[in-house]
Amino acid sequence: MTQVSYREAVRGAIRMAMQADERVFLMGEDVGHYGGCYAVSQGLLDEFGPERIRDTPLSESAFTGAGIGAALGGMRPIVEVMTCNFSLLSIDQIMNNAATIRHMSGGQFTVPVVIRMATGGGRQLAAQHSHSLEGWYAHIPGIRVLAPATVEDAAGMLAPALDDPDPVLIFENALLYNDTADVDDAVAVDIDHAVIRREGSDISLITYGGSLGKTLAAAEELAAQDISAEVLDLRILRPLDEAAILATVSKTQRCVIVDEGWRSGSLAAEIMARIIEHAFWTLDAPLARVCSEEVPVPYARHLEEAALPSTEKIVAAALAVLGR
Amino acid sequence: MSKAALKVRLTREHCRTLLHQMLRVRRFEEKCAELYTQEKIRGFLHLYIGQEAVATGVMQALGPEDAVVATYREHGHALLKGVSAEAIMAEMYGKQEGCSRGRGGSMHLFDARTRFYGGNAIVAGGLPIAVGLALADKLAGRQRVTACFFGEGAAAEGEFHESLNLAALWRLPVLFVCENNLYAMGTALDLSESETSIAAKAACYRIGSETVDGMDVVAVEVAARRAIAALQEAGAPQFLECRTYRFRAHSMYDPQLYRTKDEVEQWKERGPIKRFQEWALASGELHANDVHEIEKEVALEVAQAVAVAEAGTWEPVEHLLRHVGAEQRI
Repeated sequence: MTQVSYREAVRGAIRMAMQADERVFLMGEDVGHYGGCYAVSQGLLDEFGPERIRDTPLSESAFTGAGIGAALGGMRPIVEVMTCNFSLLSIDQIMNNAATIRHMSGGQFTVPVVIRMATGGGRQLAAQHSHSLEGWYAHIPGIRVLAPATVEDAAGMLAPALDDPDPVLIFENALLYNDTADVDDAVAVDIDHAVIRREGSDISLITYGGSLGKTLAAAEELAAQDISAEVLDLRILRPLDEAAILATVSKTQRCVIVDEGWRSGSLAAEIMARIIEHAFWTLDAPLARVCSEEVPVPYARHLEEAALPSTEKIVAAALAVLGR
Repeated sequence: MSKAALKVRLTREHCRTLLHQMLRVRRFEEKCAELYTQEKIRGFLHLYIGQEAVATGVMQALGPEDAVVATYREHGHALLKGVSAEAIMAEMYGKQEGCSRGRGGSMHLFDARTRFYGGNAIVAGGLPIAVGLALADKLAGRQRVTACFFGEGAAAEGEFHESLNLAALWRLPVLFVCENNLYAMGTALDLSESETSIAAKAACYRIGSETVDGMDVVAVEVAARRAIAALQEAGAPQFLECRTYRFRAHSMYDPQLYRTKDEVEQWKERGPIKRFQEWALASGELHANDVHEIEKEVALEVAQAVAVAEAGTWEPVEHLLRHVGAEQRI
């Protein structure tokens, strides 16, 4: 066990994958000489050289498509898109090619590409660097969408993502990169199932990624008021672990969903719909959710804080569901 | 025929091959148009009629291990790359014997065996894929070429520029083949491009570029062979702009309000099959009987394809969700 940061965990995972398989390479904007916009790939250029730690021009569409083509050609590319805000320039390739080629080819071709990108707000970077768009990608059949919320998941999700024969998108919340934890080097993470991060019996708090910390803090505050909150970390946004969602809700009979995406058409909305479809009769109270306010994320700190989910909002939503 | 063209070994056998291949595409598609009016084929149907010299000429320079990426007007490319007419026709019908198991239709023909990577209906969407396939070859040390066909409309898309830049920067073995048929759907070239030479755009990226008469199959073959040789010699991408014309509408839904009948008729006079056949007969390379035999072979192939498509079966609806993700994850 060693103490590592989320950033180091991702870097370590990339290094191990590249050592294990010649077909793995990393490409993206500033991943090489700059060391990665979030310093994830620092040092890897010296270790693996420019063929395998490949700086790209600012051409999200072309290099994401090139990753797809390289995967079709038998390689195992890791494509880094600096932030999910920029991934809108490559969403055509992700949607129209990565997610569809297997189907359109009748199963002849598979696209084993891994696309990593940073997501989320909270650093006063204003609208074009702060949005959480993972929910949009979770809409698309044909891809797997992961959201590592812990250092352990950051370390352990890449290897199974590279082993997956289909395209996998990994959303790393930018606020998590400095988190640290003791992590076992050989950790293997399940990329099929959600995980309960805190057991509880009075209410379920369902979340993922950058909101997990806020949600666990909310559960602590609720505990101080003698409320036992269960926290479910989705981890996999597509396909959703519906069984885990229904199990926790059926157990606690109350639920708040926390999602950094906008409320309308959000992942939280999808989760609510599934609970209503399958667990309506187990509920003791209406469902609630805490999402980002329906505004482009603002620059000023107080406005940004007001726009994003917060521990206070989660606690308030939980108390309202509990009628307290 | 140009002087350069005559340098190609235009043996009787080779002339026969060129005419045969162009006629396979032509007759196959004429049948498709007919089947479309009978509602056997549905959806969008984009015919290549008039442009056969481009795919035929370029394909002469490619080997079986080379990859092809094409657009939604790709029946000819698929046929000439070696996908069977039967599998293509069955796909047009939406049958499970189709080369994409009825999931792709006319615009999304795929075939792993012949390294035919679609069939992409997003204009310029295939260019980055071709760059990636070539990157995979380069990283793995394989001596192969990826040929990427697209229309001149793609030159207005950002992906065209991004992809050319990447391929040139990374010196990747991509043969970019622009099929400039002068209309992006219904928008004429000079209404959509400030620089109407697409080859000039490619040259800006320091890519060896050539413009060729896309109605002359021998000229295209010569240019393609030269481009592949240059690609292998320099270890860098090459670009061919083939000036061509489609005789039919953009798709079966297109009333063609954007061009005159006269214009179409004038281009038909320069039609690639008419022109090559007339030259081959006049020069004595081929005899009328050869043409007759080729037509017979092609008619048989097309009839057989239709028979297979007709006899084909529908994929059970229970299989609807297949091929979205791997059935068994590794």
